[in-house]
Amino acid sequence: MPFALLKYGLTRRHSVPDVFPEPGELKDSYDIVIVGGGGHGLATAYYLAVDHGITDVAVLERGYIGGGNTGRNTAIIRSNYLTPEGVKFYDESIRLYKDLSNDFDMNILYSERGHYTLAHTDSAIRTMRWRAEVNKHFGIESELVMRGELQKMVPQLDYSEDVRYPILGALYHAPGAIARHDAVAWGYGAGAARRGVHIHQNTEVTGFEITGANGHAGRVTGVKTSRGTVRAGRVLQAVAGMSGEVAAMAGFRLPLKTVPLQACVSQPLKPFLDAIVVSGSLHVYVSQSSRGELVMGGSTDPYGVYMTRSTLDWKEGLMAHMLELLPFISEVKLLRQWAGMTDMTPDFAPIMGETPVDNYYIDAGWGTWGFKATPVCGKENARMLATGEVGDLIQPFALQRYHDFDLVGEKGAASVGH
Amino acid sequence: MKIMPCPLNGPRNISEFSCGGEVEHLPPPDCDHATWIDYVYLENNTRGIVREWWYHTPTAYWFVAERDTRTDEILRTWPAGEFLAEFGERR
Repeated sequence: MPFALLKYGLTRRHSVPDVFPEPGELKDSYDIVIVGGGGHGLATAYYLAVDHGITDVAVLERGYIGGGNTGRNTAIIRSNYLTPEGVKFYDESIRLYKDLSNDFDMNILYSERGHYTLAHTDSAIRTMRWRAEVNKHFGIESELVMRGELQKMVPQLDYSEDVRYPILGALYHAPGAIARHDAVAWGYGAGAARRGVHIHQNTEVTGFEITGANGHAGRVTGVKTSRGTVRAGRVLQAVAGMSGEVAAMAGFRLPLKTVPLQACVSQPLKPFLDAIVVSGSLHVYVSQSSRGELVMGGSTDPYGVYMTRSTLDWKEGLMAHMLELLPFISEVKLLRQWAGMTDMTPDFAPIMGETPVDNYYIDAGWGTWGFKATPVCGKENARMLATGEVGDLIQPFALQRYHDFDLVGEKGAASVGH
Repeated sequence: MKIMPCPLNGPRNISEFSCGGEVEHLPPPDCDHATWIDYVYLENNTRGIVREWWYHTPTAYWFVAERDTRTDEILRTWPAGEFLAEFGERR
């Protein structure tokens, strides 16, 4: 019996741990300023401190930690992508995810469930086979299972023929997992703060100081905020749905559209669904969280707005499809609904690396696939900010690829149609 | 349910429409590479009032709508011909 725990339980005063100590005033200058205190920004700060020993870092967050898309996704982690670039990148992320609870000394509830992407048409079967072969080539557990076998693996689904989209088979990805998403942000943030990184919440970036436009867009030297201006050696923007707005302050345009992505959870149910189930044709994905809620999401909104409102017609559409897969949940109530602002790229791959402004780096275009990439983004961004060199894993995602017509077509591996 | 006031069909459910993107000038066919890339890929992604092409799918009808992307309000719509006559050169 750990007596410390017993003693703690009997005391009347339970101090709240100060995970993000208030760093006080902004300093005049930081080696590195990270705009955006979401998972990606905090992971970058964490790996700058842990891997590179760089702690003269400020993370500037307009709202509060965990209040943005890090806490608004559906927490699915997988690496069964379509392009070799995507597969290698996301697989490194999974490798890092598996150690995070130990690294943080904090349970992120990483739970391997097996991820099933259903195929309802012959052409979907063909794409699944293609993805399985690309995945296997890179050593990733991923295979096509046909209807009979699938029925034994995920017996909860409705396999009848008299539905709009009968299930023909699925791409099965054993390492597919879910994790507690806000714990990921807190773990990275707390780890960075403990090592000396300044995390400034309620601090909005209002502009940049950019000097010398020698036939180029110039070089960033400072960041203007709602609490004053700081000089900065290198700057990273990692702001998801606001990427276009922040890039405009730095003087360049991006191939991004900001579109809301809605999600919801049901009331808690007894555990009945171990697998993560996704259907592109039905535009749904569903998993059961460790506290029993069905976490459900679907396609992005049909047009862009800068809002996180929920709509009834989106939910009606999602539920109609959900009931085709799981007819017995028709009496289940919804518990919560929300939305996040996603930054969608034309090729469904992210934008990472250098920008037209010197010393100004970007981590954007995370659309509906950002959470699963949090650790690898942090690791690679940190390396880039520390050394000024763009690593091989993220080289294919450069903003320059649009200029060179060298896109990374990942739409076939997006979990649902958009 | 969100309603789009269609210039041809009157107020209709927005699920009958698709958004065709912001109204912009098509660059001349002999434009330079950077201009073409800008037109093909780069977005204003406006946070505020924006004019966009919209399409009513059942009647195959294109028109222009002005809306506020901060509030999801549709402010005004024009038949394409009227819009081009009014803003042809300075849209």
